[in-house]
Amino acid sequence: MSFHYEIRLSGAGGQGLILVGKILAEAAAIYDDKNATQSQSYGPEARGGASRSEVIISDGDIDYPKATNIDLLLAMTQEAVDKYANDIKPDGVIIVDSGFVKNNPKGDFKLYSFPITEIAEEKIGKKLVANIIALGVIEKLSGIISEEAIINAIRARVPKGTEEINIKAFKQGRDLL
Amino acid sequence: MKPRTYMMQGNVAVAEGAIDAGCRFFAGYPITPSSEIGETLSKRLPEIGGKFIQMEDEISAMGAVIGASLGGVKSLTATSGPGFSLKQENIGYASITEVPVVIVNVMRGGPSTGLPTLPSQSDVMQARWGTHGDHPIIVLTPATVRETYDMTIQAFNMSEKYRVPVILLMDEIIGHVYEKVTLPNIDELTIINRKKPTCSAQEYLPYIADETLIPPMANFGEGYRYHVTGLVHDETGFPTNKTDQIEVMLNRLNSKLDKYSDEIIQYEDTFTEDAKIGIVTYGSSARSSKNAMRKAREQGIPVGMIRIQTLWPFPTERIYEFGRQVSHIIVPELNLGQIAHEVEHAVKGAAEVVPVNKINGDPIHPEEVLLKIKECI
Repeated sequence: MSFHYEIRLSGAGGQGLILVGKILAEAAAIYDDKNATQSQSYGPEARGGASRSEVIISDGDIDYPKATNIDLLLAMTQEAVDKYANDIKPDGVIIVDSGFVKNNPKGDFKLYSFPITEIAEEKIGKKLVANIIALGVIEKLSGIISEEAIINAIRARVPKGTEEINIKAFKQGRDLL
Repeated sequence: MKPRTYMMQGNVAVAEGAIDAGCRFFAGYPITPSSEIGETLSKRLPEIGGKFIQMEDEISAMGAVIGASLGGVKSLTATSGPGFSLKQENIGYASITEVPVVIVNVMRGGPSTGLPTLPSQSDVMQARWGTHGDHPIIVLTPATVRETYDMTIQAFNMSEKYRVPVILLMDEIIGHVYEKVTLPNIDELTIINRKKPTCSAQEYLPYIADETLIPPMANFGEGYRYHVTGLVHDETGFPTNKTDQIEVMLNRLNSKLDKYSDEIIQYEDTFTEDAKIGIVTYGSSARSSKNAMRKAREQGIPVGMIRIQTLWPFPTERIYEFGRQVSHIIVPELNLGQIAHEVEHAVKGAAEVVPVNKINGDPIHPEEVLLKIKECI
């Protein structure tokens, strides 16, 4: 079986999960020369409502672009973790923001809990970069995309002028482990 | 030239394909899940001397692209379900006046404003028959980001060559998915431009065609003055009520694509050679089906798939042949069986047609198709 890795990023609209998906997919596909797809699912609201972004990384063709057997789940709300914890592979990884997730899921997976949004505010001074801190955690725990590729993709994808603060947030996320 | 490799979204591929096809005018009104097409072109078109207009609504946007095309500029509009409904009257106008235009409909769940952000394939019949009256239309449907780029170029080529509105019918998954694409170099592309008159302006009859059935088209503003109307017209472009002239005009209009069906109709066969169970599908449902087919093949089940790329005109002959080869044809689609009916019509009872339908905003999962495949053994 060829290499195939599925990531689901879930939470609320406005938490920047679709951007994290794009960065992960671009890092894998463009800077690490693998194949990747990123898809998304969200409601009609600009903020709030459930938001989900999925990234599939493979060394072969990706036909179905949605996650069905998840290797890594990021859940930034209680609702997200309640809804998706069951879709995880045996021995998969779940990362939760302990600021929002009070009831941890139980099952056959490895759970990592950090106050991601709180750290963003305290260490970086901006709640907004919680998604990029989560990205650092994902990079470290998945081990499938190089740090350099992600930094390149961050530079390419975040708004101009915010590159350094985002890279700082990414490194902050990596340092949590 | 360095390879053009990007992580690209389906909707952005429409915009880039349009630009590479020579499109220099876009008019539209933003609507999810198609908005990124207009958003991208609002930035890209002015950079290369093109024009972008956000109109007051979808109806006027359709009118604007017809007008721009009459002026000689390749033109695009993009919308989704409710906006597609509003465009129908003017799509008929483009059809009868034979003005080349490309309309993108990134489908969402309906009816009405329906499900703005969720995938659906329920505008298949509207794309064919949404505007009233017998009329020619071409509807293309892509399944990957790269194919979306290629098909946008084809859509322009076909609309220019046959003077017909071409609809690029996408679903939300293909419109929004990001994939790695390597685009061809511009000089490798085949670009077709409309045939222009060779006669003088005084001799020009806008609606007289030779054996190609496609009349040459003069640009407005170049001295070839002529009348454009949605009424049935004679070869001068002025309205007619004479049955013999009506017959000539409407017969040519409705048969002009038949002459070219071999070059218009496209589909992709995968594992059909030894197939005993068939799948016929399109768009994102084809990706779910391909995944299911691979799993079935791993279990030794001889499944083959035809992925339809040209929904209209429908590949009736190929589906008929396929029906005589296989016992069942499974038709997964995100609607209540719009193409399944067409498949049924094409196979004439030779195979059992098994629809797989879903309209709850969730894509068809590969497992659901796999289950149907197993039921057909």
